[in-house]
Amino acid sequence: MLQRLRRQIPGTVVIMWCIGIAILGIVFWGTVATLRSGKYASAQWVDLFVYGIAQGGIYALIALGYTMVYGVLRMINFAHSEVFMSGPYIGYYVALALDQAGLLNRYPVLGLGIVILVAMTVSTTIAVLLERIAYRPLRRAPRLVPLITAIGASYFLSYAFLGLFGSDLKGYPEIQALKGTWNILGVEVLRPQIVVIVAALVMLAGLYLFVRHTKTGKAMQAVAEDKDCAALMGINVDRIIVITFAIGGALAGAAGVFYALLFKQVKFNMGFFPGIKAFTSAVLGGIGNVTGAMVGGMFLGIAESLFPNLVLDGLGIPAPYQLKDALAFTLLVLVLIFRPTGILGERLAAKKA
Amino acid sequence: MNKKSLVLVSMVLLITLLAAACKPKAKFECTDPKGCVDIAPGEPVRIGYMFVISGSDAPLGNDTKYGLEIAVDDKKEILGHPIEVVGEDCMCSAEGGQTASTKLAADPKLVAVVGTNCSSAARAAIPVMCGAGISMISPSNTAPDLTAEDRPAEYWCYLRTAHNDKVQGAAMAEFAWQKGFRKAATIHDGSLYADKLQQVFAEKFKELGGTITAQEAVGPEDTDMKPVLTRIAATQPDFIYYPIFIAAGAQITKQAREVPGLENVQLAGADGVFSPDFLEGAGDAVLGFYWSSPDFTAFGAGYKEFLQKYETKYGVKVLAPFHAHSYDAAMMIFAAIEKVAVKDPDGTLHIGRKALSDALFATKDFKGLTGNLTCSPTGDCADPKIAVYQCMNADPATWNPGADPDSNPKKVWP
Repeated sequence: MLQRLRRQIPGTVVIMWCIGIAILGIVFWGTVATLRSGKYASAQWVDLFVYGIAQGGIYALIALGYTMVYGVLRMINFAHSEVFMSGPYIGYYVALALDQAGLLNRYPVLGLGIVILVAMTVSTTIAVLLERIAYRPLRRAPRLVPLITAIGASYFLSYAFLGLFGSDLKGYPEIQALKGTWNILGVEVLRPQIVVIVAALVMLAGLYLFVRHTKTGKAMQAVAEDKDCAALMGINVDRIIVITFAIGGALAGAAGVFYALLFKQVKFNMGFFPGIKAFTSAVLGGIGNVTGAMVGGMFLGIAESLFPNLVLDGLGIPAPYQLKDALAFTLLVLVLIFRPTGILGERLAAKKA
Repeated sequence: MNKKSLVLVSMVLLITLLAAACKPKAKFECTDPKGCVDIAPGEPVRIGYMFVISGSDAPLGNDTKYGLEIAVDDKKEILGHPIEVVGEDCMCSAEGGQTASTKLAADPKLVAVVGTNCSSAARAAIPVMCGAGISMISPSNTAPDLTAEDRPAEYWCYLRTAHNDKVQGAAMAEFAWQKGFRKAATIHDGSLYADKLQQVFAEKFKELGGTITAQEAVGPEDTDMKPVLTRIAATQPDFIYYPIFIAAGAQITKQAREVPGLENVQLAGADGVFSPDFLEGAGDAVLGFYWSSPDFTAFGAGYKEFLQKYETKYGVKVLAPFHAHSYDAAMMIFAAIEKVAVKDPDGTLHIGRKALSDALFATKDFKGLTGNLTCSPTGDCADPKIAVYQCMNADPATWNPGADPDSNPKKVWP
């Protein structure tokens, strides 16, 4: 009986599970220790949670671009982090002009709307151009070729912005209406955080409905499943791929403005870290899966904000926020041990098998 | 071989020998254990720099680069040779220091190097430079262990004109204590500079009787500081000291004001964020911010004139605190070269590498812009005078550090 069991479960899997369970145990222990110490008030936990959701919403919006492109093309578009950077960078100049004209403070909704629209347009344009110039000619090449091209494109874009606009930090103009806090269900929450969370959730819901219920969305799913077959069914594959890039770019552009709202500055290499984190989110949620990217992004954002305090503090580790990136990637490893296809990745994996 | 040609050969030999014997002076022979640099007539004396001249910390590097260039302008030539400046961007990281120093050390004509800006970069660059025997003076590394008594032997070629953070951290702690702050928190970014500086501050502050409520750390490229600030808020400090660099420093400054419990806490940093770019990045939240930085008002007589040259040449007010230190480092190098260089009658210069280093370490009562420089056996040459400045106006265009009533930042201590 035992022997049969051993034959069915390979040794590496057992070791992996042991590592996983050990990590879970440590996490659990740290959490209990922190909560029992009572060092932090519940309001502070709520704050950390809200910061996490806002950050997670941004990760989710960027992650969608990675995951959708992976879905239809089976390639990782590493230049997506620069698509994310370009929108708010150009948006900065628009915001500056609007601020000087006084529009940004007199009509904050209109002003912000214009900035977001500009950023989305710029990012969409760059994403579509990338697809047309850098990726389409390589559609039939081996999978490594577009991957390397994507890395090259990423550097090209980032250094093009460096050359055009310089390497210094650019401080985003502050919007008076977004200063201070609003009271949500008895909790004081910073206004930019609320705007970012609401806007991100609306966009995520909109995208979900678009992919599920429109003709184009269904066509995207079809192309993701089988390009050749979709073409036989009368779907214009090239058009769908361009639309995928455009939507990914638009979401990244919007995410960029939200990022600028929270952190109020732009820089030529600002896309790098959010890009890596968003990619991690996409893998965490199950790459190729739209809902997975949303879940993965939120999860990572909340984990980064909450876990160093919750877990590492209880373990007695000093200055835990220094380790938040390490923690994020430990989480990724943990999830991949238990679910190698990511949190929601199973359906896709089953189909491809 | 016939007899005739044999005679001819011996005649030629004899003449050569005689000529050699009659030559008034023997050809220069390098006896320096680390080798010599030979500079042919008309060839320039080559000085290198390693500064951070790209990215968000570029003001720090450009400021020192300008100081060096003005020193070259002022000096014009050394013993009849023009001066040439070559440089590498060493960024503010160990990797940058490694790359820049490896590139520079490959140049056999390089006499000495001014750099680096960041202590992390220095730690990687120093062994490379010393390995090549090239003397290196930093205008802005402040981490204590670079010139500590027990520093590694491979640091033998390294000196600095910047103050040691033992002085800077203690000055800020004393100021905070005098101002009535009793509970301080610190944040560092994992860099050598920031970590050591906050440690010195914390030790001094505790010694004075204050409490250190938290010693946290962030990543140099982090943007979301609210979680770590929330953590600090739970310990209720009245003073937060984060001697880090511009990108992360600006984020902390801005976000601290938005975190419940930290609305009224006093924020303070050090010379790493003493720049108009920091104002640009931090926005209005920077009003009232304290910096520790070299005391410009205590600088030597030539400093006013230097500032004028700086402004006319580059069209900006000083970008960061270390331009004068860079100027002094360059002048020290020039003086040491003049002391040790051997000049052939045809104008060729020979500079012994170890001799140059020894001459630099022997610098005593050198009248520089930053004061009277005397080098310790471990390479601390600064005449450290630290002041605390306060931000009076958040507009970067008003940047004009000093002690005048309209200065921004304005000197508030001592």
